[in-house]
Order: sequence, then structure tokens, then C-alpha cells
Amino acid sequence: MNTSPIVLLIQKIIKKGWLGKTFLALITLLAIWQIIVALQANPSLFLQQVINGLQLGFVYALIALGYTMVYGIVRLINFAHGDVFMFGAFVSFYSITRFQLHTWPQWLFPSIPHGLGLIIGAITVMAISMIACALLAIVVERIAYKPLRSAPRISALITAIGISFFLEYFAALNFVFSPNFITYKRPVEVVTWAIGLNGITTLGNGKAPPDGTILFSNIALIIILTSVLLMFGLQFIVKKTRIGKAMRSVAYDKQTARLMGINTDAIISTTFAIGAALAGAAGMLYAIAFPQIFFWMGIIPGLKSFVAAVLGGIGSIPGAFIGALIMGQAEVLSAAYISTPLRDAIAFSILIVVLLVRPTGIFGEPEREKA
Amino acid sequence: MKRVFSVFSFLVIASMMLAACAPAAPAGAGTIKVAILAPLSGPVPTFGVSTRDGALMAIEEWNAKGGVLGQQIEAIVADSQCTADPAVNAANKVIDQDKVHYIIGEVCSSASIPVSEIAEQKGVVQISPTSTNPTVTLNPDGSTKKYIFRACFIDPFQGLVMAKFALGQGKKTAFIMFDKGNDYVLGLAEAFEAAFTAGGGSIVGKEAYTGQDTDFSSILTKVADSKADVLFIPDYYNIINLVATQAKERGVTSTLMGGDGWDSSDLDLAAAEGGFFSNHYSAEDTRTIVQDFVSRYEAKYGSKPDALATLGYDAANLLLAAIEKAGKDDPALVKDALASLSYDAVSGTITFDAQHNPIKSAAIMQVKDGKVTFAESIAP
Repeated sequence: MNTSPIVLLIQKIIKKGWLGKTFLALITLLAIWQIIVALQANPSLFLQQVINGLQLGFVYALIALGYTMVYGIVRLINFAHGDVFMFGAFVSFYSITRFQLHTWPQWLFPSIPHGLGLIIGAITVMAISMIACALLAIVVERIAYKPLRSAPRISALITAIGISFFLEYFAALNFVFSPNFITYKRPVEVVTWAIGLNGITTLGNGKAPPDGTILFSNIALIIILTSVLLMFGLQFIVKKTRIGKAMRSVAYDKQTARLMGINTDAIISTTFAIGAALAGAAGMLYAIAFPQIFFWMGIIPGLKSFVAAVLGGIGSIPGAFIGALIMGQAEVLSAAYISTPLRDAIAFSILIVVLLVRPTGIFGEPEREKA
Repeated sequence: MKRVFSVFSFLVIASMMLAACAPAAPAGAGTIKVAILAPLSGPVPTFGVSTRDGALMAIEEWNAKGGVLGQQIEAIVADSQCTADPAVNAANKVIDQDKVHYIIGEVCSSASIPVSEIAEQKGVVQISPTSTNPTVTLNPDGSTKKYIFRACFIDPFQGLVMAKFALGQGKKTAFIMFDKGNDYVLGLAEAFEAAFTAGGGSIVGKEAYTGQDTDFSSILTKVADSKADVLFIPDYYNIINLVATQAKERGVTSTLMGGDGWDSSDLDLAAAEGGFFSNHYSAEDTRTIVQDFVSRYEAKYGSKPDALATLGYDAANLLLAAIEKAGKDDPALVKDALASLSYDAVSGTITFDAQHNPIKSAAIMQVKDGKVTFAESIAP
């Protein structure tokens, strides 16, 4: 049989596991080429799209952190996480509209500067939704996940999906959050800055920005700052505190950790609570960026953040962060330069290709086999 | 879905034919019976009540003037629930038992379509006040159903009207955003594009999205970059709220325009400020026929008529005017009279095209100072 050299080469590629690597190399080259073309065509437009992607990526990062933490410790993909995110958005909405909690500094201290008052008020609202989400997660964990701790992993996974549906349709009831699209009331007014070579100007309402400038809003700033702060806070808790040490030991080996006197149930609850608090903050930030909330708003961002966590290496905190930023950019840039309806397909294809090359994700470590 | 409906309605008809063999009472002498099929219960009862009230008011007014062809008109109201099977049952009941020759209804396309198949088969004239789906008046092979009409314009027509309006406002360039998976949005977007380019405008960009999207930043950055005069986005109010808010932050200065999907009390008026959308009718329209109708309706029911009440009123008037024009209580003659009728209705002067869709003017509404106000009336 005389096989042509091309067939031989293809056979060799398949045999040596080069398929994924070739794909990845091709796609990377294609992406770099596309970026160069886009940069040359209109540099400010390209940078603007990158900023759009950053804003989205940082919100995904906060949700992805929750997925990755819970997975790292109990090996459970908590599909209800996206709905906790929705819950956080609604709690912040009602704190703002029904209880006017974002204005408390002005009420108590009328002389406080307006901007400072707003910032303190917004932080209060965020803290409230974080606490509410943490409580919700603890309740869910105690009721639904704890009894299944020794059951096969698939039982807990299916329960998580059930909890997700429960939270969605419970929220859709008329006396809970109602099934309507609700316009979110932002606690802060939007200010957009046009950043150009000639300095920074504030964009007037309904005015076109000067040519060649890049728009950056206070909302993007809030999202990026909050996400970075929360991630460093999380990293601090996990690496420097006693609770963090206990978490890491539970993640490493639950049985041994319990033998060493660690209350593993309490640690697992804390993990769920911290992850949910991050989702609560993300819910509020997402609603500020895209001001509309409804009972299944958590599904799509939740799914994408889960993918981001897997992409970065599930179980790894920096991995979730990097994965989310990649997802944000992939989504926005493919919408901008390839096709909007295809953007999710492209973002998810990146996941497939990365996993072909590194099944554990970018920062993931191969799972140890445990007895 | 349609096939399911037709199979289902066939089964229902067959069973009714077998079951309902009891002789029905002969039609009362001296009256012309008109059935009103409206969703008085089910998902959209407010639509049904408005439609019924509008149609009943028209019938009362005709009766006060001495009826039609010297006979009084008897209205038979049936609840059709905006759903296929109750609507089919109601249609069979009014046709077989009450012996009506004319049906006003249904409101929802999903109920009007199965009813239209029965009405067409039994030779009963049906005029739907508000069903916008093209297949209400069309057979699956594309031919027009002979006995079926509607009083509202169909979706693509709004795209045409908005293009005409935009050009009339001196707009030269337009950017179109549309949901790829939504027939309503697609219909409006395509009609707008065709009419806008035909009228001398140019489309500087076209971007699709999906109904689940919440982040429109990448598209809106392109819109801002294109500096289009008009951003045409004929979607429902929930998408408009998101797009309009994000558009302001991305430095988009284009005028936002859309269709009747914007018409909701939940539209974010602050975000959509300065935008225009088309609608079937406005109570603020200054034409005398509109203002007379609004004041009579308010006197009778104590509230301003909405678009559904107006279209119900128009549908009943169209039907009765056609019976009078035909000169005989015979659906076969009335359908021909209706097809060639030109009638001065509240929602505009109506004539029917070959597909039994009305050709009439649309109301253009403007979001201005936090309110939706009537801007002007545009004839096609």
C-alpha cells in the first residue's frame, strides 16, 4: 500500500496527540492576525472593545471564583451558583428601591460630601446582598448538599441542578420577585470619560465623544476595582488565615483534616458562604452594568463563568480570574470582529481547544487519586 | 406547530360533527347575528375585555342608527382564551349552534389561525382585530383565505412606516440591530431596510444579537463609530431598556427607532428619551374621528380606549359597513364587499390589499420629557 506523505503526517499528528496543539497554534495565530488587522484599521475602536471585554470579564471573574472555590473543596459543581447571583442582584435592587439603603449616609450625616455618601451607601448595599447570599448558600448547603456528602458525586450534582431550578421558579412567583423584567435602579449616576491624547473630558449626556478617544465609565471602574479588591481579599483569606488553612487542608484530604480536629462541615459551609457572597457582589455589579434584572438572569452568566473557571483550571483562584478575563475578551472581540450571534460558540470553542491541550485547564493541576 | 393545530382542529371538527347533531333553533328573524370571540379568561384577559368592549360599542351605535339592512344586530360573545382549543370550540359553537355568519376575533394569532381554518371551510366571514401573524389570512400554499380579514397592519408594515418617517425627518444613514431568532423583529428590520434604501437612505451597519444577550457593548461601540443618524431596533421593551441605557454610555447619538414592541408601561422612558416607535393608534391623535371615539368610549366605559379597543371597534364597523355595502345577509357577498371596501376607521382609512391586510396609516409615538406622546400619523 502506498500512502501519501500527507496521510502519513496526519496519522503521526493524531498518534502523537498533536491535534489539539495544532488547533491551538492555528487559532492563536489567527487571533493574533485578526488583532493586528483590527488595531491597524482603527486603534481606538479596538481598545474600546477591549475595555468592553474587561468590564464583562471582571464580573465573570467574581462568579467564577465561587465555582472554583466550592469545586476545589467539595468537588461539587454548584449549578445553583448562577441563581445565587440573581438573588444578589434582587436583594440589592430591593435595598435600593424599597429601603433606600444607599442614601443612609446622607440621612445620618447631611453634611457628608455627596460623592463620598454615595460610595459608602453603595458599599453598604453591596455588603447587604453579599451577606444575604451567604446566608442563602448556607441554608441551601445544610438542606440539600450536606445530607448527600457521602452519596455518589452525581447525586449532589443533580441536586444542584434541582436547587437551581427551584431558586429560579421560586423567584419567579408573583409574591417573591415576580416573573417580569425589572429595570434596575443604579445607586450611582453614570459618568463617562472620553480619554484621548489631548487629555480626559467628561462626556455630556447624548453628546458624541471627540474622535479618537476611548470611553471609560465610572461603572467599569467600579467593577474592576471591586473585583480586584475582592479577589485579593479572597486570596488573603485562603492563604493567610486559619480558616483558609483549614479550607486548604479539607481540599487536600477531608478524612485526615477531620482527624486533625478540623470541623469540616463548618469549613464547607464557610466555603459556600464566601463563594455566594462573591456571587452576590457580582450580581449587583452586573445589574449596575446591564440594568435589568429578571428571575433567570443568572443562567447565562453562571454558565459562562463556570466555563471560565474550567478554562482557568477549576479549583485554582488565579485560574478562575484569568479564565474569566479570557472569556470576556473572547466574547466581546468575537462579537466585534467576527459575528455577534456566533460569539458564544466562539467563546465555548476556545474552552474545547484549551481542554484538548490541557485537560486540567490553564492553571489546573492534575487531580490526585485519593484512597 | 401550525400542522399540529390544523390536525387538532380537524379532529375537533370531526368530533363536533358527530356529536352535535341536535337540530339548532332557526336564526331569529329580523336580526343579524355577529359573534365576538375574545380571550376573556386565560393569559391576556385585559386584551379580551378591551376588544369586546370596542366591538360591542360599534354594534350598539349601529343599532341606535337603525341597524344594518333594516335589521338589528345581535352580538354573541364567546370566551376563546387566546388558546387554540377553546377558540376552536367557541367558533364551532357560534357557527353550528348560534348560526352566525360573521365572526369578530380572535385577538391572538395562535387562536385566530385555527378559527380561520374553520371559518374558511364553513364560509363564515372572520375579521380579526389584532392578530398580526401573516398566516391568519394566508393558506399554507401562500394563497389568500377568501373569508378571513384583519383590522390591524401586519408586522413588516411597521418597518415600512418607520423608514418613511425616518426619511421624512431628514435622516440619511441608519444602523439596524435585530434579534436573529425573533420573526417579529426580523420582519420589521427587513421591511425597514428595504424601504429605507429604496427611499434614498443608506444602511451603514447591521448587527444581529440573540434574545438572551444583556451585553450590547460591542455592537453599540460600532454604532457610535458609524455615527448613523438612526439606530433602528424593533424589539420588545425589555431589550430596548438594556440597549438604550448602554447606548447613552457608549456615546451613541443616533435617534432610536422601533415598532409597537416598545409600547409598554415598563419601557424605561429615561433611557429611551428621544426615541420614536410606530403604533396602531394613539388616543392623542387630533383627527376628529379619533377624538369623537375617545370621548364616546370614555363616557361609556370610564377609561381611555387602548389599541385593542380601537381595533375591536374598527373591526366591527368594517364588518357592518361591508354587510350594508353587500346589501344582503350573505357571507359570500359580504366577503367580496369587504375586500373592495374603503372605510374611514378610527385607526386610519382602511382598504384591504390582496392578502386581506389593511392598508392604513400608523401612529408614530415619541418618547419625550419622560412621556410617550403622539408625534404624527404616517400613511403608507
